[in-house]
Amino acid sequence: MSLETTPASLQRHWLRQAFASPSFVAGFAITALVATVALVSFVWTPYDIVNLVVADRMKGMSAAHWFGTDHFGRDILSMIMVGSRNSIAVAFLAVGIGIAVGVPLGCWAAARGGVVDEALMRLNDLVFAFPALLSAVMITAIFGPGAVNAIIAIGIFNVPVFARVARAGALALWPREYILAARAAGKGKALITVEHILPNIASILLVQGTIQFALGILAEAGLSYIGLGAQPPMVSWGRMLFDAQTRMIVAPHLAVFPGLAIVITVLGLNLLGDGLRDVLDPRLRRER
Amino acid sequence: MSLLEIENLSLSIGGMPILRDVDLAIEAGEVMGLVGESGSGKSMTALAVMRLLPHGARAGGRVAFNGIDILAAPEAAMNRLRGDDIGMVFQEPMTALNPVKTIGEQVAEGIRWHTGANRADAEARARRMLDRVGLPESRFPLARYPHELSGGQRQRVVIAIACALNPKLLIADEPTTALDVVLQQQILELLKDLVDENRMGLLLISHDLAVVADMADRITVMRNGEVMETGETARTLSEQVHPYTRQLARASTHVPERGRHHAAVGAPTLLEVRGVSRDYPLRARRLFGPAQKFRAVDKVSFSLAAGQSMALVGRSGCGKSTLARMILALDRVTEGEIVFQGEELTTKTEAELKPARRNMQVVFQDPYGSFNPRHRVERLVSEPLHLADTPPTREQRRELVSRALQEVGLQPADMDKYAHEFSGGQRQRLSIARALITRPRLIVADEPVSALDVSIRAQILDLFADLNRRLGVAYLFITHDLTVARAITDQVLVMHEGRLVEEGDTDRVLAEPRSEAARALVDAAPDLGRAIARRLAEAG
Repeated sequence: MSLETTPASLQRHWLRQAFASPSFVAGFAITALVATVALVSFVWTPYDIVNLVVADRMKGMSAAHWFGTDHFGRDILSMIMVGSRNSIAVAFLAVGIGIAVGVPLGCWAAARGGVVDEALMRLNDLVFAFPALLSAVMITAIFGPGAVNAIIAIGIFNVPVFARVARAGALALWPREYILAARAAGKGKALITVEHILPNIASILLVQGTIQFALGILAEAGLSYIGLGAQPPMVSWGRMLFDAQTRMIVAPHLAVFPGLAIVITVLGLNLLGDGLRDVLDPRLRRER
Repeated sequence: MSLLEIENLSLSIGGMPILRDVDLAIEAGEVMGLVGESGSGKSMTALAVMRLLPHGARAGGRVAFNGIDILAAPEAAMNRLRGDDIGMVFQEPMTALNPVKTIGEQVAEGIRWHTGANRADAEARARRMLDRVGLPESRFPLARYPHELSGGQRQRVVIAIACALNPKLLIADEPTTALDVVLQQQILELLKDLVDENRMGLLLISHDLAVVADMADRITVMRNGEVMETGETARTLSEQVHPYTRQLARASTHVPERGRHHAAVGAPTLLEVRGVSRDYPLRARRLFGPAQKFRAVDKVSFSLAAGQSMALVGRSGCGKSTLARMILALDRVTEGEIVFQGEELTTKTEAELKPARRNMQVVFQDPYGSFNPRHRVERLVSEPLHLADTPPTREQRRELVSRALQEVGLQPADMDKYAHEFSGGQRQRLSIARALITRPRLIVADEPVSALDVSIRAQILDLFADLNRRLGVAYLFITHDLTVARAITDQVLVMHEGRLVEEGDTDRVLAEPRSEAARALVDAAPDLGRAIARRLAEAG
């Protein structure tokens, strides 16, 4: 006998439980703030960053320019706001590539088993064997720097992560009796995967997605920092760090604010991921 | 003073009352049977004695073991008691042992921790204990790992751990529920011998009245966290003064009313299995050595007539579930053929199997695991309609689902609920509704009632019998429980180590089994009536 916490009451109350978890609340608040800032930047920024006001260059913090100005006299706060949408877009698309390619591959490997599974997973290992950022550098170096190539490079390294997570989740579900019952009802493996497997692994994929998203923002910043990501006049947080590095001594605020933006965003996403995992995985919650 | 005295034990978890005023006493050398259906608080009572309650549990009342107030004792004192004076045997031997430690280490661990003995002494003692529980050194050295043992052998190791320090009280929580009847009997005999040798008190928790009747000197019946009745086993179970005790006893010997053999004579053959075998590859012993094979099913042949109800019985691991999966075309056949309604199934593709699948459905054992938790009943029950040549419209589908639900005794309004909103018995009804929706000619049921409480089991057996009579569905019932076979089947097949060793009329096979495997099953099966008669005879 056991005291059953039914999945339904979980589903019904998971939002309430989520908002009882400090890490979820903090992560959600930070992520929501970053997303709002990115959206607001489309319609309004304190200053237009296309206008270069050389007279105001390299100003420190002031009431007019909260975070100061850069070497072209552009407002740093405005640049961070505009840069956020590029950083987010790159990370978002890279996670999208990872899910779109990795999840079907993982589900296919789990459904087919045998040689297909073995081959796909060894291919996965091969991609894993290369340090992700280093290989991304290699890819962008070959195909030329730019935001699109950065997305592809980061996306490629998200593929095996999602493939593994999806395969592990799916493998645990295949021997379940409701899957057997579906097979006895004549449903094919593809249909079973869509109807039964995917909805049941969605939560672990969501958690993995937030974590990969944070890593994607870091990777974008890393690539842009060494000049292989966003190219001028496109603004991104990593690009701002790249521009700031030679002026660190005279104007540290040029590096500090974009750096803080990256740190806070990644922290927020990681907290959100942890919080989601606690909420969605009842086993971890009970052991806590 | 009794060995264990529980007085007015109350327990609530997170404000929800679990136990109310439970009284129970066990003397040294006495076997106390604690019976009740799931959710009655049997396990919680046992955990309260060990003080291994879940977080958020609040206990009131008094639990005294050997004069020690358990509920008030400091944690360090409890650690000394657990495993030393009080031993515990769990239901699931697979998860009660640590897979990365040898059995020797696991038995010696408790001995070393409690007595401070050195490794050599502890291992010598562990060795004696393992010999005692029937795991001799020649075949079971201390260096064996749990995965190298079978379920029954693992349960012996668990018992060895629990009894290594000659506890004064042993708590066994459904110790044989995960085992087949032959192993069950062996384990129960071992427990009984250990109780007699060491004058242990034994708290035997079981949902099976027959097991308890056979083992226990006294019996306590629980329901919804309260004690219904306590008394001497023979008297309690023969007089059945308390209505709930009577209800339990009736349910556990329940035989549904059904017209026997009505379909067997002259009915066309529905299913024919001819010389079917299934091999599983084992890992090769050497790198380039020949691949080993394990033959799970070995040249099995039988046939089933339309409307016939047939049982497939055997011990766990005898290949009965593998055979069922092959019949359902969920597993490949190594050799032989399966003919269903005149069509050979083994060579067909998934698309060609559709008409056969429509006429052949399945009910699984676990009413909890056989539904996708994220779908509503309408979608769950209508899943086999996928097999229809023309997909039904939404109205037609709801109509079919509602009819299937009514046939199994549920309401059409249940269609919009989720599976977890139903109890175990209702879920098994849902399983049956799902199997019925395509109007199959054959239902293969793999242990369909073994996870259910006795009263629910009686209802589900009635439902199966009723559907057989009304709709003429043929059944292949896979079970290790002979009372189930006796209750609702005409014919029985006995499997042993992959082979079919006996077949015949159910009544004949169960009354006078010819094969050794069938005789072992029949002899080991617990029987409430027989146990009570024996107890009464002993009492004079």
